[in-house]
Amino acid sequence: MIWLNQLIQGVLLGGYYALIACGLSFMYGVMRIINMAHGSLAILAAFALFVLADQYDVSPFVGLLVVLPAMAAIGWVLHRAVLDRSLNGGFLMPILSTFGLSIVIDNLLFQAFGADTRSLAPYIGTLSYDSWTITDDISVGQLAAGTFGLAVLLLGGLQLFLSRAPLGRAIRAVAEDPDTVGLVGIDARRVSAIASAIALVTVGIAGACLAMRATFDPYAGAPQLIFAFEAAVIGGAGSLWGTLLGGVVLGVAQSLGAQIIPQGFLIGGHAAFLAILLARLNRGGLRWPRRWAA
Amino acid sequence: MTHDIRIERWTAASRAAVAVAGLLLAMLAAGPLFMDANAVDKLTTLFIYIILGTMWNALAGYGGLISVGQQAFFGLGAYVAVRLADAGMSVYPALLLAAAIVAAIALPISAVMPRLRAGEFAIGMWVLAELAHLVVNLDGLVQGETGTSLIALNAYAAETRHAATYWTALATMALLLLALFALLRSRTGAAIQAIRDNEEAAGSLGVRVLATKRVIFVLAAFGAALAGALWLATAITFQPKTYFSVQWTAYMVFMVLVGGLGTFEGPILGAVVFFAIEAWFGDAGVWYLVGLGATALLFSLYLPRGLWGWLQDRTGLRLLFVGYRVKPAP
Repeated sequence: MIWLNQLIQGVLLGGYYALIACGLSFMYGVMRIINMAHGSLAILAAFALFVLADQYDVSPFVGLLVVLPAMAAIGWVLHRAVLDRSLNGGFLMPILSTFGLSIVIDNLLFQAFGADTRSLAPYIGTLSYDSWTITDDISVGQLAAGTFGLAVLLLGGLQLFLSRAPLGRAIRAVAEDPDTVGLVGIDARRVSAIASAIALVTVGIAGACLAMRATFDPYAGAPQLIFAFEAAVIGGAGSLWGTLLGGVVLGVAQSLGAQIIPQGFLIGGHAAFLAILLARLNRGGLRWPRRWAA
Repeated sequence: MTHDIRIERWTAASRAAVAVAGLLLAMLAAGPLFMDANAVDKLTTLFIYIILGTMWNALAGYGGLISVGQQAFFGLGAYVAVRLADAGMSVYPALLLAAAIVAAIALPISAVMPRLRAGEFAIGMWVLAELAHLVVNLDGLVQGETGTSLIALNAYAAETRHAATYWTALATMALLLLALFALLRSRTGAAIQAIRDNEEAAGSLGVRVLATKRVIFVLAAFGAALAGALWLATAITFQPKTYFSVQWTAYMVFMVLVGGLGTFEGPILGAVVFFAIEAWFGDAGVWYLVGLGATALLFSLYLPRGLWGWLQDRTGLRLLFVGYRVKPAP
């Protein structure tokens, strides 16, 4: 029974990983860039919500109305000022520039907020601990279930947007061949900047979920980047739904790892990731979500 | 119409530079005989930075492999040295053997990781570093994050210890630089520089891309492990969290971006710049780190070839010349 419980908690945790992986995988799919500041930006959003709740008594859910547009703006600027420009120095340069950016964000957050760990849990009422009891051993947290549901909605919505909306089609076209789309009147730079903005909105949502579910501190960005990357790679077959699967596999591996030995939570996740990576490479390279409409 | 050409591998400037470098090393070798303990320690740190910078550059600048996980080898180098010393091995041989053992561990890893592309490799290496950290923490000797010390160093008087660590760092740094210089000027070096300039084109000309990348990967792992073992000899304490910190990679990125990615001299210049900045601003704490990150970001955006690359582009100056120069025959 305890194993079944761990399995269920792992699946639900996977919902969060799918959320945090969504933007990373989306950005890679469109621009072939891995944003190393991904995790730091999620933590930045978490701190923004924390300040709104703590200083101005704004509920985190209302706070998102301010923070998400701000994240979109950051995404646009990030593309224009950093990603697009650093590509001039070669296709590897965006890794280094976004890595530098993550160091700046982490340490500025530390300068502003110190080493204390924070959480949004005190600002969302009973939602942080409400749960449905299934049996004596198994109960499902409402927040965890809500996060999972949100991940499904977000991934599904993004999928629908990419396959149906004109802008979504333009983004897919840019992902396919950024040099040729200009011939059919699509401004690849503008579309990429919009895609960055969309990715950062999902990063903001993931940051909010993390901050409600758990604690965070200024240096919590690095592990979030790693989890996002692991989930995206594990699930990286064919469509955005793979990301959900990847998140679930990662969550379950961590959950079961923790059940085996106390330090097994992270070891389980990393080991599962490397095992799948090895298997993938032996079948000829990683596959990221490429055909978004599939 | 044909032109006779001649290939230059040495220039007057590069001959002079090698002579000056040799002279400088000889002078540095006599350092502990007349410098105070503080200066000896500081220079030891500089040598370790130069090892870190040049080895990361070998991997990123020449191999086209940007790793955010070299702290895996840095930490493992220190850890294996602790283990060897604990088993009764004499400290200084243990430092060298530790680096060799870590290079042996890197060998099978090199068959897998360099096949990842760009950002995948970067974060994949980071995952490896995290895993190495967690596994080292399981070792009872290390006592988790509490850490342990290289107690065996107590066998030496402080004076002797500082000098011995200094000479070990200087000698291994010089040998690594020499090895890299020779490697880059060799046949493999031509392949390495071809891969740096264009991987697909190099492959289509018959360069064995993966095999060549593996050579650099293992060399870079050896260098990082050696730096970690040397750092242990200067710091004495081993706390896994400190050694497996991504901060080490941040330092390497800073040195190489500022000095010049993909140039031989750049990372050496970058290490000296980093060393000076740390001496002046290291006390500024968090703002110092913000400054490092911001500088790396600005260089990647506005001066992606770094200070040395910029100088080379403007003046054509080559000091430690690893390339080929085509001249009309006289």
